[in-house]
Amino acid sequence: MDLTYTPEQQAFRAEVRAWLEAHVPTAPLEHYDATREGFEAHRQWEATLKSGDWGMVTWPREYGGRGLDLIQWLIFEEEYYRAGAPGRVNQNGIFLLGPTLMEFGTHEQKQRFLPPMASGEEIWAQAWSEPQAGSDLAGVRATAVREGDEYVLNGHKIWSSRAAFADWAFGLFREPGSERHKGMSLIFFRLDQEGVTRNPIRKINGHVGFAEIFLDNVRVPAFNRLGDEGQGWHICMATAGFERGLMLRSPARFQEAAAALAALWQSRKESCDPALEADVVRAHINAEAYALNIYQTASRLMAGAKIGPEASTNKIFWSEMDIHLHETALAILGAEAELLPPTGEHEWLDDYIFSLAGPIYAGSNEIQRNIIAERMLGLPR
Amino acid sequence: MDFTLNDEQQMFADTARTLLGDTCTPDHWHKMMEQGVAFDAARWAQIAGNGFTLLLLPEAAGGMGLTELDLALIAIEAGYVALPEPLAESAGVGAPLLASLAPEHPALADPAAIIAVAPAINPVVAHADVAAAILIEQDGRAYLVTPDQVSLTPAETIDPFRRLFRIEWDESKAEDLGPADWTLALDRASLFAAAQGLGLAQRAVDLAVAYAKDRMQFGKPIGSYQAVKHHLASAQTAIEFARPVVLAAAAEIGHADVHSRARVSEAKIVALEAAEKAARASIQVHGAMGYSWEVDVHLFLKRALALKAAWGTPAFHRSRVATRIFTQPLGADQTFARETEHA
Ligand SMILES: Cc1cc2nc3c(=O)[nH]c(=O)nc-3n(C[C@H](O)[C@H](O)[C@H](O)COP(=O)(O)OP(=O)(O)OC[C@H]3O[C@@H](n4cnc5c(N)ncnc54)[C@H](O)[C@@H]3O)c2cc1C
Repeated sequence: MDLTYTPEQQAFRAEVRAWLEAHVPTAPLEHYDATREGFEAHRQWEATLKSGDWGMVTWPREYGGRGLDLIQWLIFEEEYYRAGAPGRVNQNGIFLLGPTLMEFGTHEQKQRFLPPMASGEEIWAQAWSEPQAGSDLAGVRATAVREGDEYVLNGHKIWSSRAAFADWAFGLFREPGSERHKGMSLIFFRLDQEGVTRNPIRKINGHVGFAEIFLDNVRVPAFNRLGDEGQGWHICMATAGFERGLMLRSPARFQEAAAALAALWQSRKESCDPALEADVVRAHINAEAYALNIYQTASRLMAGAKIGPEASTNKIFWSEMDIHLHETALAILGAEAELLPPTGEHEWLDDYIFSLAGPIYAGSNEIQRNIIAERMLGLPR
Repeated sequence: MDFTLNDEQQMFADTARTLLGDTCTPDHWHKMMEQGVAFDAARWAQIAGNGFTLLLLPEAAGGMGLTELDLALIAIEAGYVALPEPLAESAGVGAPLLASLAPEHPALADPAAIIAVAPAINPVVAHADVAAAILIEQDGRAYLVTPDQVSLTPAETIDPFRRLFRIEWDESKAEDLGPADWTLALDRASLFAAAQGLGLAQRAVDLAVAYAKDRMQFGKPIGSYQAVKHHLASAQTAIEFARPVVLAAAAEIGHADVHSRARVSEAKIVALEAAEKAARASIQVHGAMGYSWEVDVHLFLKRALALKAAWGTPAFHRSRVATRIFTQPLGADQTFARETEHA
């Protein structure tokens, strides 16, 4: 075990820092979920990132990346959050679908889909949930019927983040008549193509954060299927592993928030309940524990291990930590906490509201606890 | 940067798991509790024979010169079996402290010799009566005594396997070893308490899992009920996020700066919280059985409570973390920061 950065890693950090200092927009962008303009401004930022080859640092160069390892990815993320760079509008693509494509895609598929994903030219949404299939994802009803070199897609997807403005979606579809985990395939479709209707849905903060999608005889080439026909469940679980276990929430986000919380506390503690300091310390401890866990996971993966059901403990930990951190911020703000626009440099109120979604999306925490109990601890179903 | 254990470390941990698992079984606990003893000389001889007490001692003092990380892995296993013998206190704290002050001391030549420590922060001393040497903290100095030079009053504890004494001593009869690094002693003791906490927590969960698979209610094993599952999943989550903190604290302890001390304190807080949480979940899952003396879960709860408060309460350790937060740079690039980098 060696918990020090090598000179190369330090040089890499310096390189990232210098580039971000020169390129991060000085004025914050409008939120990508708020308006089409905000979304496009973020797409522009993705293009700027790509111009410096920072689109997705862990991918091989031939697919639009930089060929770096997971520790370098973590360093990049740390610098990214430290610099206050804009949120990644393409996170469903680069952090979820990307690693899955890398594992299950053919060379041609990687060549086709990864570079425009890394550059923000094509922004992705995840179309898994359906009105009748939320936690019970194996209850998906949308169908894919093979006709020659094409699939014909039909069905109704919902809660698809970014889908109101995104270009592509990856979805779970089943062979008609198949049941549960069998007969499902993971298939890509364009959100602006014939037969696709999307209705934006407003989140509790008023933003059009997600959409429902109706598919009416949507024809896509068989090339758009990731992995083998009928292997969709298996592949989706791999994506979920990345989502829960590693990439969706990098530690830097929480470390920066915990640091901002400590600053908020120091500027206001004279007028606060002194007992709140314990919560400020706790927020820091949690963020550190999360970072150490992710560094450990990254090291293990680099040594050849694979993400297993322990990914579910990550999902629970970061979502609960996020809520606690923001509750503490609101407690420090006291009677000012409800005010709009949110007080201070950090958008405490907005982020608190968003933190409440953490235990729901990416598989609810109740489902994660079931997974831990059954697959990690071996309790009966 | 590499957050994995090497083969040698894994091997030591495996050896410890086998040895302690074979010798410190529920049968042994029950026998010891019946006899009212908290020290098994035969087991201690085996522990010493395997070199575990020599791990942290410098080679100049006849030790193996390994690191806190190596011993922490063994302390995890000690927690897993609720080991009564003072492996963490003697081999992890007392012996290296004595070696730093009096490397030629004869007690260091005997791997089975117990070296007890009486820091100012603890009101009682563990295993003082069977110690070959006791190190006492006063005004930052260390005083060396043997049990026959002091007056020891047994202090009863709720943990049947803690052997504790109040100590009265006379400065004139003690050997003054000079200024000592009591902060390092505290860091080591806290680290090994945290490591034991991980083991305690995992054992409490494992006991509950085994019980929940067998115990039937309403015609089904209770482990198939979600409320039961969720108690244990929450406890396991706490363990998963305490373990890397403990390992990092062990790897960083040698830096002896604000960062490494905060890390040790974080480890002690989260690991013993995990242990308490797991023990309570385990008691709940066992139902009334869990509340009985017969089922061993209480051992894990009691040890967790003891270690949580020994060598600094959670409030004490929180204040050390607060020092790091409010005096050092914070943020995403500071996970592995060192104080000297900002001096
Ligand atoms: C902000 C946000 C973004 C999202 N983005 C996307 C996206 O991009 N793509 C996508 O496909 N989906 C997305 N979702 C949907 C998300 O994955 C689902 O909401 C989630 O899987 C839960 O499904 P549901 O909403 O249908 O709730 P339900 O499954 O109806 O669950 C309702 C409640 O019952 C509990 N519950 C259900 N089953 C069980 C059980 N077996 N045991 C115990 N408790 C149970 C749940 O935990 C939950 O508390 C998003 C959701 C949110 C809030």
